[in-house]
Amino acid sequence: MSQPTTLPSGHTRIDSAEMRGIVKRFPGVLANDHVNFEVRAGEIHALLGENGAGKSTLMKILYGLYQPDEGQIFINGEEVHFHSPADALARGIGMIHQHFMLVQTLTVAENVALGMKTPHGLLELDGVKKRLRELSEIYGLKIDPDAYIWQLSVGEQQRVEIVKALYRGGALIILDEPTAVLTPQEVDELFVTLKQMREQGHALIFISHKLHEVQDLSDRITVMRDGRVVDTVPNDGIEQRTLARMMVGRDVQLQPDRPEVERGPVRLRVRDLVVNNDQDLPALRGISLDVHAGEIVGIAGVSGNGQRELAETIAGLREAVSGEIELDGKSILHASVAERLRAGLAFIPEERMRHGTIGVFSVAENMILQNHGDPPFARSVFFDFGAIARHTGELIRRFNIKTPSQETPVKNLSGGNIQKLILARELSRQPVVLIAAQPTRGVDISATEYIRHTLMQQRNEGVAILLISEDLDEILALSDRIVVLYEGQIMGVVDREDADVEMLGLMMAGARQQA
Amino acid sequence: MNSWLDRLRTRLNRLSGGDPMVALAPLIAALLALVAGAFILLALGKNPIEAYGAMLEGAFGSERNLFRTLTRATPLLLVAIGICIAFRGGMINIGAEGQLFVGAVSATAFSIGFADALPGWLLVILTLLIGFLAGAVWGAVPGVLKARFNVNEILSTVMMNEIAIQLLIFLLSGPMIDPAEVERGTRIPQSAPLPESVWMARLAPPSQIHVGVFIAIIAAAVVYVLLWRTTLGYRIRAVGQNRDASRYAGISVPFYLALSLTLSGGLAGLAGAVEVMGVSHRMVEGFAVGYGFSGIVVALFGRLHPIGSIPSAFLFGAMLVGADKMQRDLQVPSATIIALQGLIVIFVVSSDIWVRRRTARRLAQQAAPTISAAEAPASSH
Repeated sequence: MSQPTTLPSGHTRIDSAEMRGIVKRFPGVLANDHVNFEVRAGEIHALLGENGAGKSTLMKILYGLYQPDEGQIFINGEEVHFHSPADALARGIGMIHQHFMLVQTLTVAENVALGMKTPHGLLELDGVKKRLRELSEIYGLKIDPDAYIWQLSVGEQQRVEIVKALYRGGALIILDEPTAVLTPQEVDELFVTLKQMREQGHALIFISHKLHEVQDLSDRITVMRDGRVVDTVPNDGIEQRTLARMMVGRDVQLQPDRPEVERGPVRLRVRDLVVNNDQDLPALRGISLDVHAGEIVGIAGVSGNGQRELAETIAGLREAVSGEIELDGKSILHASVAERLRAGLAFIPEERMRHGTIGVFSVAENMILQNHGDPPFARSVFFDFGAIARHTGELIRRFNIKTPSQETPVKNLSGGNIQKLILARELSRQPVVLIAAQPTRGVDISATEYIRHTLMQQRNEGVAILLISEDLDEILALSDRIVVLYEGQIMGVVDREDADVEMLGLMMAGARQQA
Repeated sequence: MNSWLDRLRTRLNRLSGGDPMVALAPLIAALLALVAGAFILLALGKNPIEAYGAMLEGAFGSERNLFRTLTRATPLLLVAIGICIAFRGGMINIGAEGQLFVGAVSATAFSIGFADALPGWLLVILTLLIGFLAGAVWGAVPGVLKARFNVNEILSTVMMNEIAIQLLIFLLSGPMIDPAEVERGTRIPQSAPLPESVWMARLAPPSQIHVGVFIAIIAAAVVYVLLWRTTLGYRIRAVGQNRDASRYAGISVPFYLALSLTLSGGLAGLAGAVEVMGVSHRMVEGFAVGYGFSGIVVALFGRLHPIGSIPSAFLFGAMLVGADKMQRDLQVPSATIIALQGLIVIFVVSSDIWVRRRTARRLAQQAAPTISAAEAPASSH
């Protein structure tokens, strides 16, 4: 307690914020069940949990967005009652939402000034700018107060949000999944900033479901599951597996077992494929690859090196300049999407909301997206809703999709459940070849585990799978062979036994495979 | 008996998400609009209570007035259900006005031309069909332009309206002019009367109400079945909601874009045919002006649902008839009526946004634990 009680920003430090016995009920669910949580000055406290564990609810209570049904909140030992975020702000609590609350057409300074009370109702932007410069000096946050938000990158916009929170007196700052929208470099920069804020005596709460980030950054970790706190542990040498088990409630196996299966005939053959991107510039410069029945071929590479174009061309959404694509020995180069689907192609697109599902359509309607016109779902032009409901019900059970009902619009489901729905739908058509693009991006651990196991099981049953992923761990966990793509060319093909992260990394950066 | 009621209740509950405001909000909004309109009436020195009294009286005051309302609602409903198809298919059809004219003119020309050649029942069916087809062609042109060349359908349908209006004037003052007018030398631009065999049966003479009202209601039911119970409607809605995902699913996006506008035009054309066969019995200048535009509002008010469009069309029909009466009784300028309608539209549309936000909030709260902000990447694409 020898440290000064004011922060470099000039605001009062929050030595401790404590939530005791917090209960929050929503119709039908207990979102927070007697939760205890505490954060101190000079600490980064990670709040870890699967989607739906109650992390966001708890933090919205601390920020005054929700009122708890039971429980107390103490700031520096004094009980407080927040009726709105304004109350929380007044006590030095700030929150940075995943979606930035910035007006694109205003400048940084104007955004910061937005909604602030001014003495005479006049906007004193010069004062705001001066203070912003001070703050960015103190905290090492490079920001031009006169820049328009639309001119800034996502990482810079997040910096604006942080400065805004500091400006408004944030001594305790809650960051809701701050890395979800950032590139790896931006994540590194963010972590530097956060660590610096910690040194200066801020209390930080970091909401996440990404284990390695939590390990990199935090001092203590509180794991939540099903609305309860599982445990709060110091971050010193705790293993990812342990954290994952605490999150999910059982052992998690992100690398499914791989039984030896006999490699079948070639199902997907690509020869000398040349494809242009949307700007009509070459995206693929002569790609050749084979995918056999019962194998997973992983396409590794930094995004933007032709992966999207490859997937789209195979799916029939993009025209090839030259080359050949064969499915089961028959050319599909000029086949329509519908013909390719009928020939046994299935596709898990990278963007599940834009390409994989229709958000306002129900779960049941999305389950029959490609084969809605075929029996048993339709007789002539009329739907058989009984058959559709039975089919949907079976897939919901088999793939453990969490949805309130079959009629629920898909946009109301979580990312992991939408992804499971797409997987269920594609596999229910019993495909010969499955193209899976970023199948686990942005989904939580148990869904990731489930999806990976399902893909492996399909491989074991003889499906030919082309896996496109930026996540090298995923490529290594699933692939039988790994193809590295760089600037539209194949840098090399590596068998899984010979795969080595460093070598793959070099190839992803453009080095050709050594013979 | 009970089970039937229960079914209806669960159905309504599902539609409204258990929130009575979903159904009540538009009505409350319409009432508030009338309150706002009262100030306009006061500014004109009219007594709003008297004015609205006249309006109510005009629309519902007697059996005869009620029939008038239904007569006006008939073409509105046919246009509106067509609009439902187009909007659900992601096509903004502003061209119902022109599609309606073309349908009416074609039906007129056909029925006069084949009056003696065909038996009455067949002539009726074919005349309706011709009206539908003509409107469909008028919708297909911008539909195909959109599908093929990505021509903005809002602009092209508006332009097609202009063409239809000029075409109508040309035909009525030239090729299709009533020979009697030429003989008399008055040359009023109107067509000869339709053969009596295609006149829609009047339900309660001397009122103009005719069997077209049943055609419209049946058509609404058919459109409902089409949109929600057939693969065709599924594809139209899929394309309307997400063209990319539809393409991924192997649906021919251009075809269904063009189709939804074609069907939409067809129903507007049918509205024109029914109107000329049921009410005016000949094409005149100024025939059914405004129905094509009001039909859009009717469809929006009915939440782009063919069944919802039925009460909506009734309400707007009542407003048109009631406004006439108000205008006659109180000598209110006719522009006031248009202003009142505009107010109702603004209030109702606002209430719709309010209800949607409210529903979203309720859903967010209910679903907060399962669908937290943490999962927003799923929807941010």
